[in-house]
Amino acid sequence: MIQYTIRRLLMAIPVIIGILIVTFALARMIPGEPCKAMLGEKATPEVCARFNVRYGFDKPITTQFGIYMRDILSGDFGQSIRFSRPVTIILIERLPLTMELGTIALLIAISIGIPAGIISAVKRNSIWDVFTMIGANIGVSMPVYWLGLMLQFLFAILLKDTFLQLAPSGRLAPGLVAIPFYEIWGWELAKETVGYHFLEFFSNMYIFNSLITGDWKLLGDAVKHMIMPAMALSTIPLAIIARMTRSSMLEVMKQDYIRTARSKGLKQNKVVLKHAFRNALLPVVTIIGLQVGTIFAGAVLTESIFGLAGVGRILFEAITARDYPIIQAFTVVIAAGYVFINLIVDLSYVFIDPRIRLE
Amino acid sequence: MAPVTLSNEHQKDYRSNSLWRLTLRRILRQRNAVLGMVILSFLLIMAVFADVIAPYAPEQVLIGLEEGIKKRQPPCIHLLGCPKDKPQHLMGIDGNVRDQFSRVVHGSRISLMIGFTTVGFAIIIGTILGAISGFFGGWVDNVIMRILDVLMAFPSLLLAITIVSVLGPGLQNALLAIAIVTIPVYARVVRASVLSIKEMPYVAASRALGGNSVHILLNRVLPNAIPPLIVTGTLGIGTAILDAAALSFLGLGAQPPMPEWGTMLGSERNQVFTAPHLVFYPGIAIMLTVLSFNLLGDGLRDAIDPRLGQTQN
Repeated sequence: MIQYTIRRLLMAIPVIIGILIVTFALARMIPGEPCKAMLGEKATPEVCARFNVRYGFDKPITTQFGIYMRDILSGDFGQSIRFSRPVTIILIERLPLTMELGTIALLIAISIGIPAGIISAVKRNSIWDVFTMIGANIGVSMPVYWLGLMLQFLFAILLKDTFLQLAPSGRLAPGLVAIPFYEIWGWELAKETVGYHFLEFFSNMYIFNSLITGDWKLLGDAVKHMIMPAMALSTIPLAIIARMTRSSMLEVMKQDYIRTARSKGLKQNKVVLKHAFRNALLPVVTIIGLQVGTIFAGAVLTESIFGLAGVGRILFEAITARDYPIIQAFTVVIAAGYVFINLIVDLSYVFIDPRIRLE
Repeated sequence: MAPVTLSNEHQKDYRSNSLWRLTLRRILRQRNAVLGMVILSFLLIMAVFADVIAPYAPEQVLIGLEEGIKKRQPPCIHLLGCPKDKPQHLMGIDGNVRDQFSRVVHGSRISLMIGFTTVGFAIIIGTILGAISGFFGGWVDNVIMRILDVLMAFPSLLLAITIVSVLGPGLQNALLAIAIVTIPVYARVVRASVLSIKEMPYVAASRALGGNSVHILLNRVLPNAIPPLIVTGTLGIGTAILDAAALSFLGLGAQPPMPEWGTMLGSERNQVFTAPHLVFYPGIAIMLTVLSFNLLGDGLRDAIDPRLGQTQN
């Protein structure tokens, strides 16, 4: 197992290097000199010469790539052009929101998608099955941003003044402030240290932060603000998970051992959940891992609709503002995260299916 | 040896049982696929006869043409009680005082064009890469597949967004970006088919008869790799339309005043609370188009691969 994990980790290295090369190349392929692209009208030859020396653009391309790799490995993603702040700090501020949003969306997708798929498979061709599959087909065909806008209209306008009313955007109601848990607990921390940023990262997940500090009012409000964007973001993964669960279950339910289990007189629930579902889980888990990519990409759209200052929104803003260090860094982080999560999915096979021995 | 010829009767028999006919018969037996084909037919008719169906030109500004017309006016449908003396606007008026219905109808042309061109381009490049990779194997295979692995490591829409940000916004660049990010999918499908087909006895026979590699690849292997490609391609058209609309929504794809559904949604997104019809209809149009390709693709898969069909339906 350990050996397999190490080998799998080593195999991920070329992919990560590939990702770094692609993002590096994309940033260098921008038409015109980087100096002119970044400084615009202020780019006179003298300014450009200084700019190139400062950012290392005067060095050979291989050296530039080496420096780029060295910086990234030491956690330095450079300075944002628009904000004049280190990109790493911006990541610490923005990533927690997206992680929180993505996790909730994925949880919604899993907790509805899997049961829906199981029931669909067990009651095949029933009205429930037809209904679920129509729903799943519509779900994968729906533009996330359109659904987001329609949800806003539904919950903020049509259901206004009912108990179902939800705020159309933002993370917290005006007047509410999330105080970081380390401040509440009175920890004395020196700012700008690694440890401080580490804690800051976790406290920026408002739901997590309010949960561990026991601030229920804040928790309720943060969850309420997350419901709509998470719902919009979860539709496509939900539909895909439901479809995969259904077809995987149908495949397993045909097997001889299911008939054996039934003929032993086991209850339907036990046959379905213990004998069938455990064996049908593998493809479902694989597809869940792949949905993380859909969620990251969907976050670009969802966050910009719901006014959430996460990774997706800043990435989009950086693209319109041509803030290349941010584009580069965030793309690398998201792609590496995607690779990492699918690596964990691969490793989880051993626990899901004990027959698989990773050697 | 005299060539063996089939009698007419035999030929007819043979043809009626050909893969395509069998497939078509199987597709027609599936409700989902038929529904997909019906929606798609409607869309195709809408796209071909857009000029006839749409009461106005898509970019026609109606100020001065109609009295008292206001921007973002809600729909006026005579059948639903809108006074007969007012001109009919099935989907209302958009922010630039244009007939929304005409724009949505004309949008079908652009979306279908987007779907077919991106997938067509991706299939051509993907097939070339996949075929070379699968057929020749060795280091060529390794190099091509590792590069494609890297492309697949990115969430596709995100990579497309990054590519467009480098190429600059515009419909053409958006299409190119979407095609590039989907190439690996087709390359993998073709490679997998080629790997299994090249071990078939008829390929060995062709080789024994002295056929060269290129001949065998083009005439024996690739034609047999087409069915799975059609399924993936059909499903891919839906995704391509969805992604292109997303890029346009973000302002990176088609630019106004082009009647592209994603662009229309994007430019009226802030008006969702005051003029929801301007957001509602383009979204429904995107959804129906993508849905039709997804239903058809699922049906095709079940029809072409009966083994899968048993589990899927």
